[in-house]
Amino acid sequence: MEGDIGNMGQYIGAGLATIGLGGAGIGVGHVAGNYLAGALRNPAAAAEQQATLFIGIAFAEALGIFSFLVALLLLFAV
Amino acid sequence: MATSEQASGGINAHPMDQFVIKPLFGGHDVGFLTITNQTLWLAIAVLLVVALMVLPMRNATLVPTRMQSAAELLYGFVRKMVVDILGEEGLKFFPYIFTLFIFILISNVAGLIPTSFTTTSHIAVTGVLAMSVFLTVTVIGFARHGIGFISLFWVKSAPTVALRLVLFFIELISYFVRPLSHSVRLAGNMMAGHAVLKVFAAFVPAMGLFGIIPIGAMTGIFALELLVACVQAYIFTILTCVYLNDALHMH
Repeated sequence: MEGDIGNMGQYIGAGLATIGLGGAGIGVGHVAGNYLAGALRNPAAAAEQQATLFIGIAFAEALGIFSFLVALLLLFAV
Repeated sequence: MATSEQASGGINAHPMDQFVIKPLFGGHDVGFLTITNQTLWLAIAVLLVVALMVLPMRNATLVPTRMQSAAELLYGFVRKMVVDILGEEGLKFFPYIFTLFIFILISNVAGLIPTSFTTTSHIAVTGVLAMSVFLTVTVIGFARHGIGFISLFWVKSAPTVALRLVLFFIELISYFVRPLSHSVRLAGNMMAGHAVLKVFAAFVPAMGLFGIIPIGAMTGIFALELLVACVQAYIFTILTCVYLNDALHMH
């Protein structure tokens, strides 16, 4: 993009896109917190749900990464 | 972006320069068969896999050597994961899943070597890996269940037929978004980590004597990157197993 308005739009867009990362933080914390609460109640059953924990964290984190990707694309690839 | 050399406070290298694909032997255009730095590092990943996994298992002894033990630990870890999710018959797919896991793990970790190039941070590489998983799962689903594979999207537990129709389209769309999220997750995680490292590195000369603080932060982030590299390889593999389980056992 050329021109100052274009550059300004890029930066503002990239800054706005990082708002989505807050949602990722909340989501990952939610998943991990629920796992912890369940594991402290029933420690014997906790070990076999570890795989589910990691899958849940990965899904929640991925959406945050998507918003970060949009920010990077706006900054460097437009 | 415009001139990056005159950017804030003496950034000499753009944080995204490390992801540029350059031809290795001169010239500027990257054609179809040009040997680039990505080709080099893909080859290095393959050589590392052979050196770290295949060679120690030659003349394997009952009491393992260190490298053999490490290779066996990784093998057992992935085997347990496949058996847990797919059952005993999932071991037919174990070579493919293990190849994915080891290749992604070693590519991710090799990207952490200073001055190296992270091949899995490019959508070109992870997209092909995710697309191959998607095609494998779809073809296996149709081969196993014939046209009844479509019933994967028909949610029987919804009360009315209209709801099932809406859910059919939602399920269909989420099925096709899977390779997209699968590939972007790995590429995004790798790219984000390395970009953050480069941004912190750009602070060091600008802060003079207090440049020790960004260096400490970079050390911490490097440790996090190591963890993320291993976890992302694990996540890619376990999601492959879950998708395969969906296709094989249909809920």
